[in-house]
Amino acid sequence: MNHPIVEIRNVFFSYNGHEVLQDVTLDVLQGDFIAMIGPNGGGKTTLLKLMLGLLKPTGGSVRVLGVPAQKASHHIGYVPQEVHGNRSFPITALDVVLMGKLEPGKRFTRKSRQDREEATKALERMDMAAFAGRRIDELSGGQRQRVYIARALVTQPKLLLLDEPTASIDTRGQADFFRLLKKLNKDVAILVVSHDLLVISTHVKSVACVNKRFHYHCQAEVTGEMIEMMYPCTGEEICPVELLAHGLPHRVLKDHKA
Amino acid sequence: MDCPTGFSKTIRLEAMIEALQYDFMRHALAAGLLASVICGIMGALVVVNRIVFLSGGIAHAAYGGIGLAFFFGWPYFFGTIGFSLGAAVVMATVSLKAKHRADTIIGVIWAMGMATGVILLDLTPGYNVDLMSYLFGSILTVPASDLWMMLFAAVMIAGLVAFFYKDLLALSYDEEFARIRGVPVRALYFAMICMLAITIVLVIQVVGLILVIALLTIPPFIAEKHTKSLLQMMVGSVVLSAFFTVIGLWLSYAFNLTSGASIILVAGIFFLLFLPLEHVVRRSRS
Repeated sequence: MNHPIVEIRNVFFSYNGHEVLQDVTLDVLQGDFIAMIGPNGGGKTTLLKLMLGLLKPTGGSVRVLGVPAQKASHHIGYVPQEVHGNRSFPITALDVVLMGKLEPGKRFTRKSRQDREEATKALERMDMAAFAGRRIDELSGGQRQRVYIARALVTQPKLLLLDEPTASIDTRGQADFFRLLKKLNKDVAILVVSHDLLVISTHVKSVACVNKRFHYHCQAEVTGEMIEMMYPCTGEEICPVELLAHGLPHRVLKDHKA
Repeated sequence: MDCPTGFSKTIRLEAMIEALQYDFMRHALAAGLLASVICGIMGALVVVNRIVFLSGGIAHAAYGGIGLAFFFGWPYFFGTIGFSLGAAVVMATVSLKAKHRADTIIGVIWAMGMATGVILLDLTPGYNVDLMSYLFGSILTVPASDLWMMLFAAVMIAGLVAFFYKDLLALSYDEEFARIRGVPVRALYFAMICMLAITIVLVIQVVGLILVIALLTIPPFIAEKHTKSLLQMMVGSVVLSAFFTVIGLWLSYAFNLTSGASIILVAGIFFLLFLPLEHVVRRSRS
């Protein structure tokens, strides 16, 4: 039986009296490749943080591998959009990846050599082994992203959570990136939060829409309703979004009212 | 000790070596070097976590503790440390819970702490601590007992930081990720702030408030851009600090200047030279 990795049941979340998420229910199963979309402020990042145990729901429950999210957060590989704070921190790519080897309750084990080997392998997997000894602030945005993914991989996660991973990558890089994710998907479930509707790859298997409420689409199809949710057009206004594409758009969208 | 205006290098060097035969000079050097170790390690953490203003707040608020200790007749050590820990915890809590207000609150505590100390000392009958010596320290009148205390502090700090290095590194670089990996970030942050408060109070006693702030910030700032790990940054800060201290003490001895201020000026001059140099290097690289 396919036990869910993450079980979110009727979750509500409020912040400062303002309701951010309303009655969200979702199961993340092994082998999933979910794209989570929705407008800014709609609750995507909040939902991520709830899954990681960084926040507690005001109502409902979030369980990871059968236990409350906080207890199992180390089974989820988290790839943030960018690391907040100090840009000129003295740290090498390898040391960033090694951070993934920290484990709760295992403060004082000295397995340095094995850890370093695993970290190096993770970097190799992301084609970043050559940069292992470089300072993290010497790398480009896309290279940094790959280091963060390596860091998440080294935790040997059941689920990879990526927050807006393609923000600092060019279009060509994005295609490579999603191809890489498809490869990783063989071993790991993946959930990608995307603030950009247009960059949903064909490799994605299902789409989750978050805008305070939650809708799950088992197919990888972007519907007119989804676009409407993110870029609402009233009857009389001109649609504020012009969809540009190079060549033929890869997906045909259902008509939405102009 | 009137030195002729001819700048003979040998005379200066001989004068320095001659100076080391004096107890006070050796103590001053030892105090400076121990302060370098302590401030180098903690300073790296301060700069990397961007809590320089908070450290300034703790340092100035500590004066309130001194005032309290004198006024109520408490032992100096406990009065000052107790007050500083209290102020530090308040400031740390504010910086966690209400980040946008932290700046202001720290500024308020900074000023009020100092003013409280001054007023309390005004109200204390009898002999009082001189403000100048608190600001600039009395490195030339360091008793041996203070040196032992600083040695103990240096060993404790080095030991604690070494023990919790991986966690401190994770906390400083990526707190969110550290939390996910099970690092007790809140407790560790407060522990770090408390360690900082204690070291500030200890070192201020010896080298003065202004020098402590200078040593906590200038050497780590220079080391930050040129090292590849937090550990290297700490070592680099300690070495730079020690270098500034030795040169500063030498200059203060040779030209009869205030020692604390001399050390700070040496550090400051290197800092200013370093800035445009770094800019040039960066431009040549790109």
